Amino acid sequence: MKRTTAVFLAVLLFAGACDGSSTSSSSGGTTPGVTDTEIVLGTHMPLTGPAAAGYSKIAPATKAYFDFVNAGGGINGRKITYKVKDDAYNPATTQQVVRELVLQDKVFAIMGGLGTPTHSGVLDFLKTNKVPDLFVASGSRSWNQPDKYPGTFGFNPDYTVEGKILGTYVKENLAGKKACFLGQDDDFGQDSLAGIEKILGAVVAKQTYVTSNPNVGPQMGALKSAGCEVVLLATIPGFTALSIGTAAKIGFKPQFVVSNVGSDPATVGKALGAAAPLLEGVVSANYLPLNTDDTSPWIQLFKKVNDQYNAGAEFDNNVVYGMSAAYLLVQSLQAAGKDLTRDGITAAVKKNGFQGPGLVPLRFSDKDHSGYGGEQLTKVQGGKAVFFGQAYTTDDGDGAVQPFTGQPVTPPQNGIPAA
Amino acid sequence: MTDIKEKRPVTTTRPTTRKPRRHPHPIWYAVAGAVLVVALTYVLPPFRNYQLATVGAYFTVTAGLTVLTGLNGQLSLGHGALMATGAYSFALAQNKWLNMPLSIVAALITTTLAGVVIGLAAARLRGPYLAGLTLAVAVVVPSVTSTFDETLGSDMGLSIALDPPPGVLPMEQWQAWLCWGGALVTTFLLAMLVRGRFGRDLRAVRDDETAARLAGVNVARTQVLAFVVSAACAGLAGALFAFLAQSVSPGAFPLTLSLFLVMAIVIGGLGRLAGALCGALLLVLLPALAQTAGERSGSQHLEGNLALVIFGLVLVVVMLAAPGGLASIRFSTISRRKR
Amino acid sequence: MDRFIYLTFDGLSRGAVYAAFALALVLIWRAARIVNFAQGAMAVAAVYVAYSVTEKTGSYWLGFAAALVFGLLLGIAVEKAVMRFVDHSSPLNGVVVALGLVLVVQGVLGIVYGNEFRPVETPFARDAFQIGGIAVLSRYDVFVFAAVGAVVVALTVLFTRTSVGLRMRAAAFAPDVSRLLGVPVGGMLTLGWALAAAVGSLAGMLVVPTELGLNPNAMDVLFVSAFTAAVVGGLDSPIGAVTGGLVVGLLLSYVSGYLGATVAPMAVLALLVVVLLGRPGGLFSSSKARLA
Repeated sequence: MKRTTAVFLAVLLFAGACDGSSTSSSSGGTTPGVTDTEIVLGTHMPLTGPAAAGYSKIAPATKAYFDFVNAGGGINGRKITYKVKDDAYNPATTQQVVRELVLQDKVFAIMGGLGTPTHSGVLDFLKTNKVPDLFVASGSRSWNQPDKYPGTFGFNPDYTVEGKILGTYVKENLAGKKACFLGQDDDFGQDSLAGIEKILGAVVAKQTYVTSNPNVGPQMGALKSAGCEVVLLATIPGFTALSIGTAAKIGFKPQFVVSNVGSDPATVGKALGAAAPLLEGVVSANYLPLNTDDTSPWIQLFKKVNDQYNAGAEFDNNVVYGMSAAYLLVQSLQAAGKDLTRDGITAAVKKNGFQGPGLVPLRFSDKDHSGYGGEQLTKVQGGKAVFFGQAYTTDDGDGAVQPFTGQPVTPPQNGIPAA
Repeated sequence: MTDIKEKRPVTTTRPTTRKPRRHPHPIWYAVAGAVLVVALTYVLPPFRNYQLATVGAYFTVTAGLTVLTGLNGQLSLGHGALMATGAYSFALAQNKWLNMPLSIVAALITTTLAGVVIGLAAARLRGPYLAGLTLAVAVVVPSVTSTFDETLGSDMGLSIALDPPPGVLPMEQWQAWLCWGGALVTTFLLAMLVRGRFGRDLRAVRDDETAARLAGVNVARTQVLAFVVSAACAGLAGALFAFLAQSVSPGAFPLTLSLFLVMAIVIGGLGRLAGALCGALLLVLLPALAQTAGERSGSQHLEGNLALVIFGLVLVVVMLAAPGGLASIRFSTISRRKR
Repeated sequence: MDRFIYLTFDGLSRGAVYAAFALALVLIWRAARIVNFAQGAMAVAAVYVAYSVTEKTGSYWLGFAAALVFGLLLGIAVEKAVMRFVDHSSPLNGVVVALGLVLVVQGVLGIVYGNEFRPVETPFARDAFQIGGIAVLSRYDVFVFAAVGAVVVALTVLFTRTSVGLRMRAAAFAPDVSRLLGVPVGGMLTLGWALAAAVGSLAGMLVVPTELGLNPNAMDVLFVSAFTAAVVGGLDSPIGAVTGGLVVGLLLSYVSGYLGATVAPMAVLALLVVVLLGRPGGLFSSSKARLA
């Protein structure tokens, strides 16, 4: 009995303790997370666990760019506080931390929540609480449901768009070769394959893998015996390395065409170790400037921010990604104006017209909440990815894949977008 | 890792002549718990109510698991998968009929059936072999959802249609009420069950199978029943989790969940409902506290990892300092523990 | 037929590393009657040590030796500093402490090395020999087989031909009686932990280069497969561990190749059910395992 009482007492104490902590954060005006001097944003990311590799660098980069903006005076006098919560890529934990951000920390918006299975689970909660859900970090098509989830917006080109663009490359440059596919057994692989097959028709052979079994020997063996000459991969970086390594191991040397998700040559090359030269000639695509392109003014800007505010973290494409998303968010805040509200920022995002580091336009409008609408092809040369050809845009339906002719823009002088 | 053979010392500091009436009837605990929870939900802020609800949902499964493992000596590393079974059944039923009670019943039925199947196999196995089989059950969830992705939605899972909470009740408060309703009904029923003959059979089988058999206890049937009862608890907990999350996906039921459940009942105090409650509290509070401590470190590099270290250290230290679990710690006397 | 041969060799080379790790689990089970859930995390720590040493010295083999030595020491440290103080009146206490150690080890590795994947070199080429156009085994696979074979032989000799091995088993099975007979039970336990951790480190060294790269969670998936393998073979039997490892490796390869990677975990579950319902103590169990 004593112990049971003690347990209940503990519960009560816990309740008392939390009561004290929650009152302080809810001061300010009518819009949660916004005061005259501060805007509070939050996100969920895997900082630990198997998915943490690579992804765990995005949030610090985003934060670094916000710090850079804050040092420049902030936005309309408000400084951005970015709260990053670790969900270890477990959807149940995502539930917990997103509620903590919204209900306890009273964030203004969720910015760059990462992962399809993780973020899918909080869409309804965010909608119920009318929290803007900006620039989800995944290429799922689920973020583009303006009628169902009016506050949710994507960022990445969706996997189908990418599949169509990669398929177009194969159709135009590798015509008549036997094209095959290996993809992750989830929406990433399925959407990607759907895009590829819209352009190429049915592939000669298709295989899937699951992340819980790090061996693609049987799959690569099957593609080899099917006589594949081109292999399109919808793989995360570790499995890109594993697939290319395994293919080399069994003397299978097709042309690899890899999704942007798993194509960063630095990451994949590192995983391949001494076998990194196998990456030469691998074709992929991207929609943001490449980390190795020192001539890009965007890369110069982001490198400067990275050195000053991110403790000089290794500058890879995850850093570019994190900062590009942060740049877009600052643009949105500027566009939403001084009188910042949740409706205001979603309206500003829907109005679109943003020009930033992206190579192609964002698709945001009243009827469309998906992010970038295309990509430009890259090829690995001398251990680095380089762009070639021109950028393409398309949609996730039956629309044509069209060359994009718009001119790239340069960042503003001070590196902070103006209103 | 073997089945638990030695009787836990926690209940034996008093003379062994049992006087069942010394403790209040379980119904009073349930009523007191209900009053406390309802009162708490009016004073707690929404996020704390959500955490409270999560504790309730965890309590539902840890209570069932501690009966299975603590009282009957069968270890299950697969309760996460049973929760997933309940959660998916709930989701499918809910999306079809949009009727909560019906969906919960559906969850209970499917997990009970799953419990019968696994329990029948489990009754033949002991120690690490049972652990191995249930471990394989725990890791099969993503594979099943991908194979039947038309119905179960692969890695993405399913989102669940829910009616809004009745009246003007805030969502989080409603969640806390429902989850604790489930937890208290479950634990009340479990408490009643283990007070009676079934409880004696459970312990007899745990302590000495041969002796139990000689005393006329049907060992296999007792073991299967124990598994089924605890599976049903896991199924209800799974449904509650699905209700809390308004969605269900395989990633929410990883192997670590199954392992954490076992950890919770052991740390809390094996074989006791108070221990299951302690364990459920820890499952919610410890990661959150460790995370906060990690954030205080101020270093982004450290953040998540430091939380892991703190979490792990707490487990090790508690286990070394209080081998009988938290619920065995006495505040007035130091327990006399004999090996 | 080509495909079958290819999948067989693929499965065998995977199975060999499952076998190596399963051996470590068998060793600790024989020495301490505990399934060490921290075995994987401890092995990863040893591989990180090898990684650092190889990076400093440029020698794979120095790193390899360092991993084994570190494994031994870590095993001793864990037993002497933590496991010795665990109350074993409930076997689950040891399991929970081991799970706590997993979190601590993974967290510390994450702090020291970060969560990024790091490549690990292999001492031999991984390009497979081709026979009639079918890729069979690489030099590295042969090395893995040789290493696993050596461990099996060494363990068999230890347990069946030496008095130390006999004392270890006695200390695990009947600590009190053994103590009366003059067996240093504590010392035997420490020895068991040290050897098991060293074998685990060896398994880690063998498997990490073939997977996604070195990271704090690198052995999580392997632990599950290896535990399954050990259970299939019977936790008391080194030969069982090897057989179990190869069977699981082959099964995963055939199922992934013919039916698709998605269904592989279900096939493993089916295998366990079939084997354990037939022989509740694993394939190589003695008949008494049923009541153990």
